[in-house]
Amino acid sequence: MPASRETVSDVELGRRAYRRKQNARSVLISFVSTIVFAVIVWITIINTPGWNRVQRSFFDLETAIAAWPRVIAGLWINVQVLFFAVIGVLVLSVLLATIRTLRGPIWFPLRALAAAYTDLFRGLPLIIVLFLVGFGLPGLELFPRNSAQFWGTIALILTYSAYVSEVFRAGIEAVHPSQRLAARSLGLNHGQSMRIVVLPQAVRKVTPALMNDFVAMQKDVGLISVLGVVDAVRAAQIETAANFNFTPYVVAGLLFVLLALPMIRLTDWYTARLRAREQMGSLV
Amino acid sequence: MTPPVLRLDGVRKRFGDTEVLGGVDLTVAEHDVVALIGASGSGKSTLLRCVNLLERIDDGQIWLRDTDISDPRVHADRVRARIGTVFQQFNLFPHIRVIDNVTLASRRVLRIPRATAEATALELLDRVGLAGKAREYPDRLSGGQQQRVAIVRAIATNPELLLLDEITSALDPELVVEVLDLVRDLKNEGTTIVMATHEMAFARDVADRVVFLDGGVIVEEGPAAQLLREPREDRTRAFLARFLT
Ligand SMILES: Nc1ncnc2c1ncn2[C@@H]1O[C@H](COP(=O)(O)OP(=O)(O)O)[C@@H](O)[C@H]1O
Ligand SMILES: [Mg+2]
Repeated sequence: MPASRETVSDVELGRRAYRRKQNARSVLISFVSTIVFAVIVWITIINTPGWNRVQRSFFDLETAIAAWPRVIAGLWINVQVLFFAVIGVLVLSVLLATIRTLRGPIWFPLRALAAAYTDLFRGLPLIIVLFLVGFGLPGLELFPRNSAQFWGTIALILTYSAYVSEVFRAGIEAVHPSQRLAARSLGLNHGQSMRIVVLPQAVRKVTPALMNDFVAMQKDVGLISVLGVVDAVRAAQIETAANFNFTPYVVAGLLFVLLALPMIRLTDWYTARLRAREQMGSLV
Repeated sequence: MTPPVLRLDGVRKRFGDTEVLGGVDLTVAEHDVVALIGASGSGKSTLLRCVNLLERIDDGQIWLRDTDISDPRVHADRVRARIGTVFQQFNLFPHIRVIDNVTLASRRVLRIPRATAEATALELLDRVGLAGKAREYPDRLSGGQQQRVAIVRAIATNPELLLLDEITSALDPELVVEVLDLVRDLKNEGTTIVMATHEMAFARDVADRVVFLDGGVIVEEGPAAQLLREPREDRTRAFLARFLT
């Protein structure tokens, strides 16, 4: 786009010089204002009357180092749960969304079931699902596996699939109806049209929303600690109780943030890229 | 004598209380090009969609050669695979490349191996001057190029009948010509076509027969030159008058 220097008019050169100067100015202003702001906040906090006490019980380096191995081991459990939960959610939610788009009377029971499912699990607080699934289902002795980690994962899948399936359904409905007609007119059957034409477009449309749900789930895996799983949160709780010091919670919290950051950044980047594409590179 | 490619026999279609097609009879012989004209809302699209089994008719019969395709026992997907269709817009699938758009039905419906399907597709794309765009995504093409790809996709499976529903209506005027030229080529190769159109000059030029629809019934049909120049019915004359001014 920018032409070579020789062919550029003086007017354009003047404009570029001006813009460069403006840019440098903006960077300088934001830099200075950030520093001033941070210093003010810092001074205010350390001058509060209780700061010393708070610092000792929440930001104690020794306690942090002592708690580290256990909390990190717990976080590894969270990561495992997250991994299986994400796979489970993707499978179950695509299935639910697809069922809800089925037409024809045969499918009525399935459709109704899927609708009732999403209504129920979007309404139920996750913590209640965790208690019911984690303490109730093992009692049925249906499955040989009875670990709290396993049932915690199931509870997460059940709850999040209800949300994520609605996201997928919105995506499916946002694909222009002509696309379905075009697919069917080529002779593709309903299943093929969904799989080859509609779903791939729907997934692209809802990817930012899905990534957001993923971030939400990343921190909600910490809730499986209520079932007694020794994950990062539970480990922090144990350490806290042993030392009468809350620093392990801060450590666990920071670790969760670190875990989520890449995905948060990726979501922002992807959303910005989508917007840029739709805006076709215009200034406003 | 071989049966006509398409025969409609007293076809009726209603949406709720409004009758959109009120008993349509139409015969399209092999190599025939039939233009459907009529005001917006006269039922042209509905007629084409009924033929393609995208709408279920309420009475009458539709024959594709010797198959009664209005019989609920026919396999609708197989019938649609025998008919190529191009709509006004949003034909192409934006998430797959041009070549994959063109070969999709061959591969997934007719189960032709990818290599064979792509060879055929490239040959067709080359004939319309778009071989260079085979690996592009549809949104990198102009509207006229997109519609030409849509036509290529519709004929890639060698359909017995091609349905075109106002395929130039959404295009800028300067892009209309390249699309119509392609339709003219197809006619010269002997493709059987039924097309809804507002391009009267093109209909006169290319169509063997013109059918004037009004309120879901055929008011008048005849050879293109005769019907467009000296229509017998007042309603046809009134409709055409609006295009000449
Ligand atoms: N899915 C539908 N539901 C209800 N009415 C429809 C539907 N499709 C078309 N119609 C009505 O049928 C009539 C004919 O429409 P159409 O076949 O699209 O006409 P044309 O293509 O000639 O403009 C119009 O009055 C239109 O409003
Ligand atoms: Mg129409």
